[in-house]
Amino acid sequence: MNGVPFDLQILNSLAALLLLVSFAMLSQRRVVTLVNLLALQGALLCAATLVIAWRTGKSHLYVSAALTLGLKVIFLPWLLHRLIRRLEVYWDTEPALNVASTMLVGVVVVVFAFGLAQPIAAIASTATRSAIGIAVAVVLLAFLTMITRSKAMSQVVGFLSMENGLFFGAMSATYGMPMIVELGVALDVLVAMLVLGVFFFQIREQFDSLDLHHLESLKEET
Amino acid sequence: MEFVVLLSLPLAGAVLLGFFGARPWAPRLNIAASLATLLAACALTAKVILEGNLLLVREQFFIDPFNVFLVSLTAFVGFTTALFSRPYMRVELDHGRLTPGRLRLYHSMYQLFMATMLIALTTNNLGLLWVAMEAATLSTVLLVTLYRTPASLEAGWKYFILCGVGIAQALFGTILLYVAAESVLGGEGVNALLWTHLDAVKGQLEPTVIGLAFVFLLVGYGTKVGLAPLHNWLPDAHAEGPTPISAVLSGLLLNVAIYAVVRCKVLVEGSLHSDLPSRMLMGFGLVSVVFASFLLWRQRDIKRLFAYSSIEHMGIITFAFGMGGQVANFAALLHMTVHSLTKSAIFFSVGHASQKAGSQLMEDIRGLITTSPTIGWGLMLGSLAILGMPPFGVFASEFLILTTAMQQQPWATPILLLALGVAFAAIFGRVQQMVFGETTLKRLPHSPALLPVFAHLAIVLVLGLFIPPFLANWYRAAAGLIGGH
Repeated sequence: MNGVPFDLQILNSLAALLLLVSFAMLSQRRVVTLVNLLALQGALLCAATLVIAWRTGKSHLYVSAALTLGLKVIFLPWLLHRLIRRLEVYWDTEPALNVASTMLVGVVVVVFAFGLAQPIAAIASTATRSAIGIAVAVVLLAFLTMITRSKAMSQVVGFLSMENGLFFGAMSATYGMPMIVELGVALDVLVAMLVLGVFFFQIREQFDSLDLHHLESLKEET
Repeated sequence: MEFVVLLSLPLAGAVLLGFFGARPWAPRLNIAASLATLLAACALTAKVILEGNLLLVREQFFIDPFNVFLVSLTAFVGFTTALFSRPYMRVELDHGRLTPGRLRLYHSMYQLFMATMLIALTTNNLGLLWVAMEAATLSTVLLVTLYRTPASLEAGWKYFILCGVGIAQALFGTILLYVAAESVLGGEGVNALLWTHLDAVKGQLEPTVIGLAFVFLLVGYGTKVGLAPLHNWLPDAHAEGPTPISAVLSGLLLNVAIYAVVRCKVLVEGSLHSDLPSRMLMGFGLVSVVFASFLLWRQRDIKRLFAYSSIEHMGIITFAFGMGGQVANFAALLHMTVHSLTKSAIFFSVGHASQKAGSQLMEDIRGLITTSPTIGWGLMLGSLAILGMPPFGVFASEFLILTTAMQQQPWATPILLLALGVAFAAIFGRVQQMVFGETTLKRLPHSPALLPVFAHLAIVLVLGLFIPPFLANWYRAAAGLIGGH
């Protein structure tokens, strides 16, 4: 037909879906749905990794896909859901910017991301390099999500989504980082979330809320 | 062999203290583990001096004069801080600010933190460097919130999220570096993140991508260095955590972050053939120096005051590395050493002073010279040293940096001098009142651990008067490695 192999077509659709999920996260105010979207993003990432692994025949990518599945699709969403139930934080407050303007900023960010990705894609030798722009866009959109939210839980979801974007970037630009680095990053993410779980309970114990507006007393004047 | 011992000692210490950290003898175990680490670091240093650079564990670790000097500095300050922390934490326990359970967490995480810093310093793999830097943040987050006060939770959250986001930028930079390297080094790319391999081919790396990578790496690791305007987490984390942690954060972690930036700069400079990295480092450095020295005036909390002073000194070091060249690099390395020793000495005396006054507010700390002369003198001498008064070592390094700046970047010299003057006035005025002012507090019967304070200051004094030849050679070798103009 148009000469693009079938697996690449799948991969490009997966990349497009990833971007779509990032926009959905940007507009979503229900924390539970936000976590579900994060899990969906993880699942898409896992699928993309599998397609690339199958295409290139690199066995370490299967390990990395399994890691994504275990950590980002199953364990972290489960942990976050548990925290949400235990802490009873279901809704985020009205974001600093209303949803429509946030989406517009998001579109600008995506255009910027593709500009940024141009020189990287130019030297990447992978067949998947067209997706690099999307990976950068996912990172920047996650960043935007973090900036516009005030609840600790949504910020953490944004943080994890950023990590997903980085991971997808590494995947599409170089077929993944060396195994030892990937394992280390996964370990760090895991520990970060466990630390965070402990941390949330400490905040909760102290303030009876997870609203970060309570955490704004340390200013330069003091 | 020395190397395996060096890394396994703090890790073993962390595990042991994780089980027994609340026992009465735990602080002594903490000291013993730190001392053993120091000895291993000395052995490793001796080996590097005698045998030259080492590549270990399938090239994953790499020791050269640049990092081995930071390894021994880290191990040394780690040991003295453990000495200081024993009486300090005992008093905190007596005052009811801590429970034995939290003390266990503290001891275990302290050793883990040392281990992550040593891994970050010695690794040859830029990916592992990232992992270790992030692990260093994670191991200290729960230490910053150790007192569970609202302010400390806020500080911990800021530390976690700002450094997390910052370091995510560094990961992106690392990925970009990997992309650029893989197209040159080829193969399965297993070696494409190893610093030694990158260094060998740095001239062939694609400049645009490397430039982009450096921006992300600098912003990422720069957040951990505390460069303005990415410094927001630093004063809070220093002020709200327990004082031994402030001392190691300021004295060691910032150094490790600078080390990461400089390692990346060496690669990038070799690939870009332009002075973009130098200019960026100088820019960030100058902004931090100026910004921090003016903000010093607005501080009321003594630990925040010295945290801002750390930002200022990190700015000076970054600026010096930005100028590059043999002399500036030498001065920057010397400044890293003396800043680390002096600042931790200051935090030791500040810790005891605020513990006695029962407050970290400077207006509540008065007349240390009458209530506890040794603490007072420690704070006074430490402050004079950090402000760059001769004959302390900070004077020597700042003098070198200023004279080099006059030759290479004349426009920057007045800005630096102004900032140093502003910082001097801000800190000296406050410290003078705290040390010599009128007091209502009585002398307290409690013997603080001031040996580390004066040991550090003595070394800084010696470095100001005379740098031993072996140390000077060492600095010179490291400065040559870093290169620049």
